Amino acid sequence: MAMIQFKNISKWYGSFQVLTDCSTQLQKGEVVVVCGPSGSGKSTLIKCANGLEPFQQGELLVNGVSVGESKTNLPKLRSQIGMVFQHFELFPHLSVMQNLTLGQTRVLGRSQDEADQKAKLLLDRVGLAVHAQKFPGQLSGGQQQRVAIARALAMDPIAMLFDEPTSALDPEMVNEVLDVMVALAKEGMTMMVVTHEMGFARKVSDRVVFMDAGRIVEDCAKEEFFGAPRSPRAQEFLSKILSH
Amino acid sequence: MNLDLSFYSWEVISRYILQGFSFSIQLTIIATLGGLFFGTLLALMRLSSNRWLQLPAAAYVNTMRSIPLVMVILWFFLLIPFMIGRPIGAELSATITFIAFEAAYFSEIMRAGIQSIPRGQVFAGQALGMTYSQNMRLIVLPQAFRNMLPVVLTQTIILFQDTSLVYAIGAYDLLKGFELAGKNYGRPIEAYLLAAAVYFVICFSLSLLVKRLQEKIAIIR
Repeated sequence: MAMIQFKNISKWYGSFQVLTDCSTQLQKGEVVVVCGPSGSGKSTLIKCANGLEPFQQGELLVNGVSVGESKTNLPKLRSQIGMVFQHFELFPHLSVMQNLTLGQTRVLGRSQDEADQKAKLLLDRVGLAVHAQKFPGQLSGGQQQRVAIARALAMDPIAMLFDEPTSALDPEMVNEVLDVMVALAKEGMTMMVVTHEMGFARKVSDRVVFMDAGRIVEDCAKEEFFGAPRSPRAQEFLSKILSH
Repeated sequence: MNLDLSFYSWEVISRYILQGFSFSIQLTIIATLGGLFFGTLLALMRLSSNRWLQLPAAAYVNTMRSIPLVMVILWFFLLIPFMIGRPIGAELSATITFIAFEAAYFSEIMRAGIQSIPRGQVFAGQALGMTYSQNMRLIVLPQAFRNMLPVVLTQTIILFQDTSLVYAIGAYDLLKGFELAGKNYGRPIEAYLLAAAVYFVICFSLSLLVKRLQEKIAIIR
């Protein structure tokens, strides 16, 4: 059974259709990169997976639980899936440490001690242990995004969603974030990553999903996608972003 | 015309002014806290997606904000005894009125404050598995309160000035204290001048404080 399964997902904003009939899946331990031109619905699709964006048609299963079902306990489902956002979204009124422990204590019911220990371990892992007592606003973009990844990992998620994690970063900070993500992928974390970082896709992804105008145009193994994408739209996209 | 301020002694202060002063301060603090509490609830109702929460809250806020305070004070003074079947004191009536009235103003401040928090913050809280109430209490409201604190305090200063309107129902506040002292010593003009000076000093120094605070508490983003 797939960890996350999208079955014919369609979504409208008013009369404007943003997602059309999107089907794909994420197996346990798999790393899937979602790419495509801006406005193609990538971020919307990934936000559907933990119910941050509602959808009107189709079925979405996370670990066998239907996300769209009204009786589904969404908070509980979300607590099992880590999410990393384009603009980090650390809580600016809380210290780095508190950012990492809040969900653990309030949502998972861990003790403060246990949460602190876990947080320290993860901060150490992303190389930011010395900044534990600082506030997010005192960190660089790259550091903030690494804290955000650690915050998501602190919940011991069964899968991680990344929504353009590096596209708001200054170029020199992109790699420090990608390094953390590559390490995570190599450890076997189940990941769905919306990104334009084709280097990352080549290095660690298992599959690539290419979207255009709200549709999944291509969904294939990495080698196939970079070797010979079938759709002209994907060929054009690749030639544009890989040409320099 | 000669101004003679010599009547303004410690005796006058302790006999007439202190009681009124303490009521004005008490009314200001209680109305601010109560107004913030109910104002936050009203703001959450107005921002909810449920029409049956939205509409009554909007109607209440718009009504309160469209009626002069002095009329609300009078109405409540007449209405509350009618509704509960026995008379209540002017001070208690004033307190209830001010909480109800300020709730409308604070709700607009809180609504703006809540809306100023980027949507992504709500998403981030949700993504961690927080419920609506946890997200509000731990993520959104603390940030909104902090952003809104200067505006809230400014409203509190206005509220302190507005407490003088309770003269309409004869409650014993700061202004009333000066008025009585002026009457009893035959110095009404001096008494009103002194009252103005006291209001000015309190409000002006508070507004300076708000300015200082504003620079201090801004969240680093």
